[in-house]
Amino acid sequence: MTLTTEQQTPSGGPSSRPALAHGVLPRWAPWAVLGGAVLASAALSVTAGLNAALFAVVAAVLTGGGLYAWSASVEGTRRATDRLVTVVVSSAFLLALVPLVSVLWTVLGYGLERFDLEFFTYSMRGIVGEGGGIYHALMGTLIITGLATLLSVPIGLLAAVYLVEYGKGRLARAITFFVDVMTGIPSIVAGLFAFALFALFFGPGVRMGVVGAVALSVLMIPVVVRSTEEMLKLVPNELREASLALGVPKWRTIVKVVIPTSIAGIATGVTLAIARVIGETAPLLITVGITTGTNLNPFDGRMASLPVFAYYSYVAPGVPRDPYLDRAWAAALTLILIVMVLNLLARLISRLFAPKTGR
Amino acid sequence: MATRIDVSDLDIYYGDFLAVEKVSMTIEPSSVTALIGPSGCGKSTFLRSLNRMHEVIPGARVEGKVVVDGQDLYGANVDPVTVRRQIGMVFQRPNPFPTMSIHENVAAGMRLNSKRMPKSELDDVVERSLRGANLWNEVKDRLNKPGSSLSGGQQQRLCIARAIAVKPQVLLMDEPASALDPISTLAIEDLIDELKKDYTIVIVTHNMQQAARISDRTGFFNIAGTGKPGKLIEMDDTATIFSTPSIKATEDYISGRFG
Amino acid sequence: MTTTTAGSGRRTVQRPGDRIFTGSTLAAGALILVILAGVAVFLLTNAWPAVAADPADVPGGNGVIAYTVPLVFGTLLGASLALLMAAPLAVAIALFISHYAPRRLASLLGYVVDLLAAVPSIIYGLWGFTVLAPKTVGLSVWLEEHLGFLPFFSGPASSTGRTMLTVGIVLGVMILPIITAVSREVFLQTPRLHEEAALALGATRWEMIRMTVLPFGKPGVISASMLGLGRALGETMAVAIVLSASPGLMSLNLISSSNPSTVAANIALQFPESSGLAVNTLIFTGLVLFAITLAVNMLARWIIARRAEFSGAN
Repeated sequence: MTLTTEQQTPSGGPSSRPALAHGVLPRWAPWAVLGGAVLASAALSVTAGLNAALFAVVAAVLTGGGLYAWSASVEGTRRATDRLVTVVVSSAFLLALVPLVSVLWTVLGYGLERFDLEFFTYSMRGIVGEGGGIYHALMGTLIITGLATLLSVPIGLLAAVYLVEYGKGRLARAITFFVDVMTGIPSIVAGLFAFALFALFFGPGVRMGVVGAVALSVLMIPVVVRSTEEMLKLVPNELREASLALGVPKWRTIVKVVIPTSIAGIATGVTLAIARVIGETAPLLITVGITTGTNLNPFDGRMASLPVFAYYSYVAPGVPRDPYLDRAWAAALTLILIVMVLNLLARLISRLFAPKTGR
Repeated sequence: MATRIDVSDLDIYYGDFLAVEKVSMTIEPSSVTALIGPSGCGKSTFLRSLNRMHEVIPGARVEGKVVVDGQDLYGANVDPVTVRRQIGMVFQRPNPFPTMSIHENVAAGMRLNSKRMPKSELDDVVERSLRGANLWNEVKDRLNKPGSSLSGGQQQRLCIARAIAVKPQVLLMDEPASALDPISTLAIEDLIDELKKDYTIVIVTHNMQQAARISDRTGFFNIAGTGKPGKLIEMDDTATIFSTPSIKATEDYISGRFG
Repeated sequence: MTTTTAGSGRRTVQRPGDRIFTGSTLAAGALILVILAGVAVFLLTNAWPAVAADPADVPGGNGVIAYTVPLVFGTLLGASLALLMAAPLAVAIALFISHYAPRRLASLLGYVVDLLAAVPSIIYGLWGFTVLAPKTVGLSVWLEEHLGFLPFFSGPASSTGRTMLTVGIVLGVMILPIITAVSREVFLQTPRLHEEAALALGATRWEMIRMTVLPFGKPGVISASMLGLGRALGETMAVAIVLSASPGLMSLNLISSSNPSTVAANIALQFPESSGLAVNTLIFTGLVLFAITLAVNMLARWIIARRAEFSGAN
């Protein structure tokens, strides 16, 4: 469409406007092009022997190119570009699904081999080759993560309360800044810190469950602080003012009004923090080590944990190799199931119990 | 540039819900038409149907015809995008693009339509539009500043400049001054008075005095009750509507008995 | 009841309950600072012996710097590859979810992408080694054949696929969800008013996105990418399992079996069996990694602050 700079007196009159109606592709056009591209790509794959990945790439390129060309000739380049972008963006999404499906498929496929009762009730004590299970690792993971939660939630919750309800000055700004810094700590560095901390008191070479718990809480605390902060900020100020106006002291207002109102969101945040650290391998690898038997005491020597167990079973299997690999995958499957359940739980909590804030 | 608009029996639906019923009106070129009525009576919906902006909401559709310059906006094979390039709109709250400078804001519509434009030509268009919006003198020294650095009234004039830069046939304004202070409102009203020489302007307003001040013709919309469709009750020369309206409902609204 | 005697001094009477509570929240906040300071201090004191020692005593025989530099190189190489692959894809997916997918599906699709984030890294390691690495062999061979003149693909192509290329892909998959999630949030926050302004000018959907959504979201996307980069820099287990590393090597070759290791993977692999000065050396490398991720985070923050004027937050 060209625009003419008006030279005559502007008024109505017969216009040199282009027609409004022009070619439009039929509604089924994109799907037709897609179908055609898939067929063409399939034919090409069969004759030229392309693998699945190349088939998909060729199909995508043909769809995009074909649709663009057709649209450009009928509707113009602007519309054609718009359609092309739609194809690109949809392909991106489909592409992202590929690794996800592959990972889940793989873990399920290999992991289900050992999903039996023995697997969950026996440790690896005295086991060489077949048999054995992850009882010790499962317990270890639950204990260490539980301890980490016990350490992180009070600190995180109270710090968030400070930031939202009290802190207005430089201290608050410093804390906020450093909490952000903490979210970026690599997990292995958190492990090194815990190791070094305990080495100070107990000498180097100490391996205990609680050291791992400390490492995990360094990772959990910033997550708890951030999400709790968000939740506390969502509580409308009118609620606080109503309570204060009734003569309730500030600390009770927070404890009895603000926190209960946001408790669902806080619970969600904590659950997600747990889901985040429960699968961490690196810090536990260097602070807690691994055992074959069951150790339920986090203050006494090494413990097993699911991710570390999976790691060692996979990279340092005994002979014969297969039972070790099977156990590694089954442990991985257990881990992923726990994480998924925690994530679902978090969403459920937030869906069911959150007071309707009208967002 | 300015053209006439003929609306025939326009029904506007959101899904199955009839929002506006059987509107017919004729709008003369180079005039200002005001649409008034109580809130929720469908005047904004109707305005948006004139440049097919109501279709942004999924499920919106119309039956009937809107003919601008001899072409039906809702004809077969008409792309809403093309319609909007020829019918400009100014919104209730000023919305200059915050990530663009003043110059870029005014040029935005031009850039979409004609890819290659020599810089000097673009600068001319920007200056012409800003002059047309009575904003040139205030911003000529800071064309590279962000669009959001202006005051509310200036921002709205920037949006008007942006709309007229592409020389549309019609300019639609949805309560353009309702978010502004009285001085800026007056500035906008003066501007509308000047713009009508070159454009056909349709303006929705809930301010009756404003409608009386600036429009040539006025249409009164009303709604029978919640859940019922809005209707065009009466449309006439502004002077007539405000002194001797023919329909009682119009008279009641104008004298403030409801609304 | 709190009694404030009007006009007689500015401090209100503080109840003991208030004091205790305020004190404990303050303590918690301060504790966070202490922990962080502690991390820095402990790492420094434990890394120091490696710095001060005779270079010949440090693993590798040439001192800590010579030991660390190749590891940093490998870390940056892997993370950059991952970001290069993940960021554009993440922006496209975020756009898809925010502006293209049918409304009802949009949040469901968001969950699906978030599932990628929930998978623990050890599982990506196992998957990368078992499934992905063999699949990249064909690609590596092709790259060596056709693009072998580039230093990245000079080969010889590894037959196991345990290469930097595979690591880059695995890391890319791992950081994709976080970049997508943050970008999606930002795109959804584009003010409707500006989107409508663009549409009213006659823009197509893509043109509207180009004019309003993308510029508005640029700082957010950059910040998201930095977050992803930080994660990729610190990723341990996926790299430790997948990569076939040659200690001390620095090479841009992405498809061979000799690859530089990364700081994190190196620590994970060497730490369990190390003692004495070797431990200190590893802690030194950990400190360097910490410093790098810190710098990346601060850079992300600075970028956001700089764009605040044009960010549309007015």
